[in-house]
Amino acid sequence: MFGRLKQMLIKEFIQVFRDKRTRFLLFGPPIIQMLVFGYAATYEIHHVPTVVLDLDHSQESRELVSRFTSSPYFDVQRQLTDSRQIRDLIDRGEATVGLEIDAGFAQKLRSGQTAPLQVIVDATNSNTALIASSYITQIALGFAQSYQQDRIDRIAPQMVQAIPSVELEQRPWYNPELSSRWFFVPGVIGSLTLVLVITLTAFAVVREREIGTLEQIMVTPIRPFEFILGKTLPFFLIGLLDVTLIALVGSLWFQVPFRGSILVLFAGTVLFLLCMLGVGLLISTVSSTQQQAMVTAFFFIMPAITFSGFGFPISTMPQWMQYFSYCIPLRYFLIVLRGTYLKGVGMNILWPQMAAMAAMAFSLLTISILRFHKALD
Amino acid sequence: MSLTRLLAVAKKEVVQILRDSRSLFIVVIMPATLMLLFGYGVNLDLKHMPIYVFDRDGSQQSQDLLKRFQSSEYFKVVKVVDGYPAIARALDDGHAKMGIVIPWDFSQRLRDGGPVQVQALVDGTDDNTANVLIGYAQAVVQGYSAQIQLDWLRQHGQSLQPAPLSVETRTWYNEDLESSAFIIPGVLALVMSVIGAFLTSLTIAREWERGSMEQLISTPVSAMEIMFGKLAPYFVLGMFDTMVCALIAIYWFHVPFRGSFVTLLISSALFLVVVLSLGFFISVIAKTQFAACQIALLVTFLPAFLLSGFLFAIEQMPVALQIITRILPARYYVSLLKKIFLKGTPTAMLYGELIPLAVFAFVLALLATRSFHKRLE
Repeated sequence: MFGRLKQMLIKEFIQVFRDKRTRFLLFGPPIIQMLVFGYAATYEIHHVPTVVLDLDHSQESRELVSRFTSSPYFDVQRQLTDSRQIRDLIDRGEATVGLEIDAGFAQKLRSGQTAPLQVIVDATNSNTALIASSYITQIALGFAQSYQQDRIDRIAPQMVQAIPSVELEQRPWYNPELSSRWFFVPGVIGSLTLVLVITLTAFAVVREREIGTLEQIMVTPIRPFEFILGKTLPFFLIGLLDVTLIALVGSLWFQVPFRGSILVLFAGTVLFLLCMLGVGLLISTVSSTQQQAMVTAFFFIMPAITFSGFGFPISTMPQWMQYFSYCIPLRYFLIVLRGTYLKGVGMNILWPQMAAMAAMAFSLLTISILRFHKALD
Repeated sequence: MSLTRLLAVAKKEVVQILRDSRSLFIVVIMPATLMLLFGYGVNLDLKHMPIYVFDRDGSQQSQDLLKRFQSSEYFKVVKVVDGYPAIARALDDGHAKMGIVIPWDFSQRLRDGGPVQVQALVDGTDDNTANVLIGYAQAVVQGYSAQIQLDWLRQHGQSLQPAPLSVETRTWYNEDLESSAFIIPGVLALVMSVIGAFLTSLTIAREWERGSMEQLISTPVSAMEIMFGKLAPYFVLGMFDTMVCALIAIYWFHVPFRGSFVTLLISSALFLVVVLSLGFFISVIAKTQFAACQIALLVTFLPAFLLSGFLFAIEQMPVALQIITRILPARYYVSLLKKIFLKGTPTAMLYGELIPLAVFAFVLALLATRSFHKRLE
């Protein structure tokens, strides 16, 4: 058996590495994609282009505007003179936030009335809009609080020391700077491996069928099991190598910390790769051309990435989607990746994910091997 | 160039597409599926986030503060615990996103006056979720703080206006801040990239791989006729998918459509020419279907997903990457889609996107025709 398997492996490796282009495609795109993801995928906002229309020209209104000017989140680019300009600049996409302070702002504040700050946000990107609104509210609340403090200071200076107040002391764990990159980089390892291993496996088998070499292999004394093992083992190793490469880019280039145990991550990776080989094989058993394999693979890949929690929180999805996400191996692998990278947790926390992936790998591989036998007959 | 021969090639391609019923089925339902996936699956507006509370004080005041967390729609207090380890464990295994800790001398220090700190331990792995959570928690605590200050002043015979400042936010173009309204127009670009580049990139590569290219070369069909004949059916398919996507967006997801439908069709046709030419070009240089598929993923799908402004705001990317996005057709198409759907920008003001897109379409189509020769190597 080992003799035949060895021959099969030699053939596969020759086939994979024969072509210079394919050689590059196995390792180039994952690294390029990791770099692009690391830089492009961000939910953080900095220097949001902001314009201000201050019709009050009072000390209070200037004080409020200066809080925005000094904030790293907003970049106050222009002081306007006409409210039509706000509309125009936001329409043309030159400003994302418009702040409008009407005449009489200070008057209202001084007389103890509620003074309005009008905010206009371009919500064509609703996430930027959401985060920006939340920062605007925080800045405005800060202004209100210190204004209140000043007033107490004026009416009853002896009370300032004694008045109680409550503050929130925030402590973000695992990712103290709240960097999007730390969130995405471990996730990219999972999703890139998914795409690569599924397409590699699905294409490799279907290709033999499409160009007719599968029949030639079938007349050799090789057994189906040896054939499958010979087909999948190279991709398993390539997948492992790719994970190592992209993980190194993440750690060395993007400086994302790794706090857990390499062994736990390795175990998770092996289980996940087995799942993906199973999916790839399964797709190959139901496809007769590479085009078919490609569209079928794509049809699996898109939901797998969307439902996995890779970029969008699972908890805000509709209930049926949340249930569905339990069938996605990537969901578990992402927890393992982020757990080992950022949280530094071990098997005592991650065992349910490991068990789920092991069960899925086992059933996927069993089904695909059974189906494969049939497809060959 | 002969129309008869061109039609003959187109007919051959149509027969080939129709014969593979599963691929056709997937291509036809792919737009709807991707729409549903992203329309329902991507929601960054967080509600009912699970939190743990640890009340070390157990006083009337601390209970009042916690009640405010309970009644907020953004939080769901899933457990009251009696120690830090329980919170740490919950953040580790993901059962809670945040832990609120009230100090043991909370009520004591409120009586004594001065600031009191309440701790928020936040799972920072997902920076976006963490940011939004902190914002909401901040608002809850500040609301409570303002309330106790007012009560305190009233007890000491002073009165103060409750809220000096109110923030009136208007979110333009997407009034309800629906994630789906900003995601869904972008899905069109994703669908186009998949249909256009993926499928066409396989068509020429397939002929090379199967050896049928030699047969095609021996016929009197010219290179131009092969290209247009092969691309025409995919163009029709792509335009059909655009219509389906637009109808689903407008009638199912109620995404506002404020621009001109004709402009939408023109921009979609231009973008289709871009991706089809790109796909054709890839298939000429790739020679194998696996390589074609991987390259298509890298040069069309990835930019459409990551660098087009579909999900991640381009202004928030590093400057170098922002410059790169300027040479990506997907960026202009997504910008057009958002403007046509949400902003309703008049067509005359869209030249900034339409002209680059037209230039890309022309250059890439030229490149594709030049690259393909009827020659055996």
